[in-house]
Amino acid sequence: MPKRTDIQKILIIGSGPIVIGQACEFDYSGAQACKVLRREGYQVVLVNSNPATIMTDPDLADATYVEPLTVELVEKVIQNEMPDAILPTVGGQTALNLAVALQESGVLEKYDVSLLGADIQAIQLAEDRLKFKEAMIASNVPVPVSRYVHSVEEAWEAVEEIGFPTLIRASFTMGGAGGGVANTRDEFEAVVSHGLRQSPVGEVLIERSLVGWKEYELEVMRDNANNFVVVCSIENVDPMGVHTGDSITVAPAQTLTDREYQHLRDLARTIMETVGVETGGSNVQFAVDPATGEVIVIEMNPRVSRSSALASKATGFPIAKIAALLAVGYTLDEIPNDITRETPASFEPSIDYCVVKMPRWNFEKFPGVDPTLGPQMKSVGEVMAIGRTFPEALNKAIRGLDIGAPGFSRLLSERDGMAEVPLHLPTAQRLFKIASVLNNGGTPEDVIEKTAFDPWFVSQLQELVSCEQELIALGEGSENPLEVLTAVYLQKVKRLGFSDAVIANALGATEMEVRDKRKALGVIPVYYRVDTCAAEFEAFTPYLYSTYESHCEAEPTDKKKVMILGGGPNRIGQGIEFDYCCVHSCWALSELGYETIMVNCNPETVSTDYDTADRLYFEPLTLEDVLNIVDLEQPEGVIVQFGGQTPINLTAGLAAAGVPIWGTSAASIDLAEDRGQFGDLLKELEIDHPQWGMASSPEEAQAIVNRIGYPVLVRPSFVLGGRAMAIAYNDESMLAYLHEAALVSAGNPVLIDQFIEDAFEVDVDAVSDGNRVVIAGVMQHIEEAGIHSGDSACVLPPYKISLYHQNIMQDYCKKLGRALNVKGLMNIQFAIKDDIVYVIEVNPRASRTVPFVSKATGVPVAKMAAQVQAGKTLDELGFVEMPKIDGFFVKEAVLPFNKLPGADALLGPEMRSTGEVMGHASRFGHAFIKSQIAAGVPLPTEGAVLLTVNQFDQGTVLRMARDLHRMGFTLYATPGTATALEQASLPVAYVSKANGPGITAVDLIEDGKVNLIINTPLGQQAHEDQKAMRQAAVRHNVPLITTMSAAQAAVSGIQALLKKDLDVRSLQHHYQI
Amino acid sequence: MKNFPPALLVLEDGTQWSGLGFGTFGDTTGEIVFNTSLTGYQEILTDPSYHGQLITMTMPHIGNYGVSSEDDESDRVWAAALIVRSLSPVVSNWRANQSLPDYLEERGVVGITDVNTRALVRHIRTHGAMRAAISSTDPNPERLLALARNSRDMNGLDLAIEVSCETPYEWMEGQDWWQPKEQNLGMLERPFHVVAYDFGIKRNILRLLASRGCRVTVVPATTTSDEVMAMNPDGVFLSNGPGDPAAVTYAIENIRDLLNKKPIFGICLGHQLLALALGADTYKMKFGHRGGNQPVQVVESGRVQISSHNHGFAVDTNSLPNDVVMSHINLNDRVCEGISAPNYKAYSVQYHPESSPGPHDSDELFDKFITLMSEEKITA
Ligand SMILES: Nc1ncnc2c1ncn2[C@@H]1O[C@H](COP(=O)(O)OP(=O)(O)O)[C@@H](O)[C@H]1O
Ligand SMILES: Nc1ncnc2c1ncn2[C@@H]1O[C@H](COP(=O)(O)OP(=O)(O)O)[C@@H](O)[C@H]1O
Ligand SMILES: [Mg+2]
Ligand SMILES: [Mg+2]
Repeated sequence: MPKRTDIQKILIIGSGPIVIGQACEFDYSGAQACKVLRREGYQVVLVNSNPATIMTDPDLADATYVEPLTVELVEKVIQNEMPDAILPTVGGQTALNLAVALQESGVLEKYDVSLLGADIQAIQLAEDRLKFKEAMIASNVPVPVSRYVHSVEEAWEAVEEIGFPTLIRASFTMGGAGGGVANTRDEFEAVVSHGLRQSPVGEVLIERSLVGWKEYELEVMRDNANNFVVVCSIENVDPMGVHTGDSITVAPAQTLTDREYQHLRDLARTIMETVGVETGGSNVQFAVDPATGEVIVIEMNPRVSRSSALASKATGFPIAKIAALLAVGYTLDEIPNDITRETPASFEPSIDYCVVKMPRWNFEKFPGVDPTLGPQMKSVGEVMAIGRTFPEALNKAIRGLDIGAPGFSRLLSERDGMAEVPLHLPTAQRLFKIASVLNNGGTPEDVIEKTAFDPWFVSQLQELVSCEQELIALGEGSENPLEVLTAVYLQKVKRLGFSDAVIANALGATEMEVRDKRKALGVIPVYYRVDTCAAEFEAFTPYLYSTYESHCEAEPTDKKKVMILGGGPNRIGQGIEFDYCCVHSCWALSELGYETIMVNCNPETVSTDYDTADRLYFEPLTLEDVLNIVDLEQPEGVIVQFGGQTPINLTAGLAAAGVPIWGTSAASIDLAEDRGQFGDLLKELEIDHPQWGMASSPEEAQAIVNRIGYPVLVRPSFVLGGRAMAIAYNDESMLAYLHEAALVSAGNPVLIDQFIEDAFEVDVDAVSDGNRVVIAGVMQHIEEAGIHSGDSACVLPPYKISLYHQNIMQDYCKKLGRALNVKGLMNIQFAIKDDIVYVIEVNPRASRTVPFVSKATGVPVAKMAAQVQAGKTLDELGFVEMPKIDGFFVKEAVLPFNKLPGADALLGPEMRSTGEVMGHASRFGHAFIKSQIAAGVPLPTEGAVLLTVNQFDQGTVLRMARDLHRMGFTLYATPGTATALEQASLPVAYVSKANGPGITAVDLIEDGKVNLIINTPLGQQAHEDQKAMRQAAVRHNVPLITTMSAAQAAVSGIQALLKKDLDVRSLQHHYQI
Repeated sequence: MKNFPPALLVLEDGTQWSGLGFGTFGDTTGEIVFNTSLTGYQEILTDPSYHGQLITMTMPHIGNYGVSSEDDESDRVWAAALIVRSLSPVVSNWRANQSLPDYLEERGVVGITDVNTRALVRHIRTHGAMRAAISSTDPNPERLLALARNSRDMNGLDLAIEVSCETPYEWMEGQDWWQPKEQNLGMLERPFHVVAYDFGIKRNILRLLASRGCRVTVVPATTTSDEVMAMNPDGVFLSNGPGDPAAVTYAIENIRDLLNKKPIFGICLGHQLLALALGADTYKMKFGHRGGNQPVQVVESGRVQISSHNHGFAVDTNSLPNDVVMSHINLNDRVCEGISAPNYKAYSVQYHPESSPGPHDSDELFDKFITLMSEEKITA
């Protein structure tokens, strides 16, 4: 069927901020949908609250709304734009839920908008677990028996029919809290009653437990002619019980016979038909009993998903793009396969390599969170690797994680705390534990028995261990092992994916020695193409992966070319913002006529879409892997400043190897990161900065503190995302920290900074061509200095910073840009206290705020930076002065506390947010309110406020309380604060702290009596005893504000909202003003 | 696991591909082809259509799930060799009762692993299927090149005769026969009698017919049309098989006689033979279709079926007589994948609706046969 002509304008709903379980894979799918639908001649309207995405770039849609994804505001978008249809299937769960809400609130009907890709019934059927199960049973699809119960008695009845082991899931708890498995009757009652207590509605789901079964996913597509294809099968290495998002997964499935595989395929088809997904992609999850082959269906998602992004990258079959085309009426056979060109999309990819996905976690940032993995996802990012075999791909994936693990090696046993890691429990460390077990005499049988990993996977791991041990023996057996290495033998080792680093360690040589020897022996990688068809047809897209075989397919060109290093797996502190910059640099440089070469290993991203750069190398970002590509491609330059800290950390090595680094020099990058040198530079430039010192021992620390005085900020040197930072107010808290920090990063000393208290923090992004430095944006943080820039809300333009201070910052910016001879982007963080402007740090690279600044100003900052690095001057680019901004743009951070039970929801100098949203309006208050709504914690306009602030804030709290009172809010406060309010004769009700007598703050929250909490604790003690209150707030999703400055912003926001309702405006329209 | 001897594969164009021997150690020759199925190596090995062929699997990891007697498609391995990238050191599947290397060794079949299968496949794709030789006992390039060049050429070769059964036999076994449901135990009534020409028939074809209520008599390739008519069948089935269809002249004759007498359904070689009997021509393809992911369009409905393929020859669409229509077409390369001759109540497909291995998208073709036969019964 040809495409639909009855619709002209399509509204695409994005997935909002990056949160655990919903990351930038939806930027990839959404961006694809935008591009292809416009290419088909449709007008595309986009709504997504996430400014860091490529999809919210004004060039990707005809109208781009960076607005909260709520019924109220999206209705306004619909009102403005009058679209004919909505595509809700490329924006994850968020978009599906919103589509349902729009339907139920009658908006779709009111404006006569239809849904594309999935109808309401289908969505509801797939999303409602019980409805889904009934439907499945009706069409003979096996599902696990389960029942919702509300009491232990009911639970016992239920378990009679369900039997043991059972999985217990508490309803409406965060991050799967209150869930568990009961293998026996004895365990059962305990787990159930705990679950009932945890669940706010006192409900748990009792389900047949399939823990330990093999878990599979099929990524399938269906068109309106009922053509059906399986794009990819994915096998989870971690068996059932660990969320697929937290599992190491492999494509294609490795341990199913054809009979079994075809059975899953038939079921998937039946499910698509039963659920009624007429067109588009879906994801179906299966559990298979390894002992009997019994198959049970876990769930299906009627939309593109994280797994479908993975499947697209794994096979070269762009699911989201094709789903969008199917949604507007095409059938699979009408859509060409971009890669083979002559063949259609109505086929099933066959792959002649192995793909491994590994999750990346950030537990170290959340003390108190249980790090065991389970049915709820906890990872914050993932890495994908392609190799000809599983061992090769696994080794590449491990080093791609960028956590200092060089591969599946005995080296893993030396990692911190490995001895304590249990083998039988799923944790972030389990694979590494297996390496250490197998290397220390453990048998594959032990491992299989304790992990329930399929024996095939363990056999592959064992091959790696044996190979490494052979190497080690070789190393010990000879004086100069490198000499005895033969090409044939080395080739064999490299074919298993071992990095030079691991080989070097085994042979007692250095990585570079191994590299040189390897190249001397002619053992170098070849690059094969991802072609969707296992080489049956020619591939025209240079989408490449390395392997150690023969017959290289890379066919490098002799065009003038540049290589861009991506950011690797998402993690807290380095996420989608950096991918945004990489993608922009690709576009910018091809505009200048360069062939662009992207190197990255993150399957969720737009940068690893094969039509972003001219050539895509899906490879780990390690020195070895990058140098290999450089050797082959010989680019004119390599760009390192867009991918965050990962490529920055490679710069020195690349430069040392003679690789031409574009933009800011390796030396300058070093200078900016070396406190000593940098301190001297600031002195020389007469720029104020916090007093500081570097201590390798408690004694040295003492000396420094005596010099600069408390409070101080302590942290290990060289880290992104402020890992393990703390503010020390006195000796014991500092010594306590030093003790911990020693573990944090052995070897490198701790940095001690004078902590600038009660200071405004300001982020500045600027572009420099070496002569001219132009500021792109000045962002004032809402929270004061001390709250990580990544976690603090910020506003552009600044609304409370005097011109005086702004001029000083401008001046410092220019000085530093020139002094560091910055070519490209630079980010400076300032703390302003009284009349002094301190420079906190300078990052001579793209920063997290670049996309936000670009959206607010309409200036493609990253593009400018890329073209500057290619030799253009800012004058040539016509970027000579700071862009004017109309209205206010507020960026708010989104934190993962609700996904990680046990974490303290308190902001600090260590970054913990996973994503961000943007709110904009002509008034600051409205912009702020929007940012809060978008972040999922809308501020109340009526009800009660709970105030509990430290003594230093009690002055400021009065005016705030007065305003809230005038706006009609009821005031609750803890004793200290309450007394202060009473003295100002404000009506206030006392509540005691967490564990005090009488009704406590926690009780208030539990009973839903408060709508807003303002809590500014001081010192460790206060932190601790108010933790319970903050956790309650997160549990019940009550807005919680932990700094005075943010509280003031909130109050002005509420005032603004009471005066005037919110409205929406597209970025395009915005820029015209 | 046993230690593997060095082995060498030499193509008739002189290119050499080294690896390690497994299964039986020795020499073997045949036509080298590749198969892109991700699963089903055992079904492929035992599919008689692969008689005399050296099969390269594009799926790198082979042998992971071992072999299970339930998955044999005939009573022996017909492939002349199995070429893989990475042979599994273990067997992991609840149904497995043997490892792949042991299975091949027991059946005297040569295997070679650690071969750069992707490069090999790209070579075959560019230069076409050709003769080749493998040795895991005496991997001497010159010797193997000579072996390859002296081995027989598929063109003009009747291989059906070599794989067909000697004497007729009855088939009752339904699908998933090892799961004791009574319709699987041959207890259901069998209104239709089908005579199936065995040019190299796969068990799953017989099972699909049986579970649709057919009593199947499998007969040797050389059985004459009179002998078939004497069995008084409700329909005649022409099976898949190896080799050059044009060389199987006797079968073409017999089929021509049977046209118009009984409903006829053909698969693969059976399809080519039916086409030849109807007056069309066949030709040898460059490297054929072998895999489980091929898009075949049902011309009448436009529906696309993902299908299992294994053919090196094909029917020339332009040669089809007026009363024969192309019913199925391959969307990758427009090759004719099926014909229909309504006037003769005959139809056939080039690919494998019985799958095994492969998707089950085309079962309807078996139902169609049943429908044709019942219509006959009524009118008769
Ligand atoms: N009955 C069960 N027994 C054991 N593990 C289960 C069961 N159901 C689900 N799981 C595990 O929980 C994970 C998440 O469940 P799923 O239904 O997929 O929820 P989500 O929508 O979060 O993906 C699955 O990937 C699987 O590993
Ligand atoms: N001397 C200081 N005084 C007050 N706050 C500081 C100081 N140094 C850092 N901070 C706070 O800590 C946060 C993180 O510090 P920063 O140097 O930016 O580390 P990162 O490399 O993680 O961005 C900053 O955003 C700021 O809020
Ligand atoms: Mg799931
Ligand atoms: Mg910072």
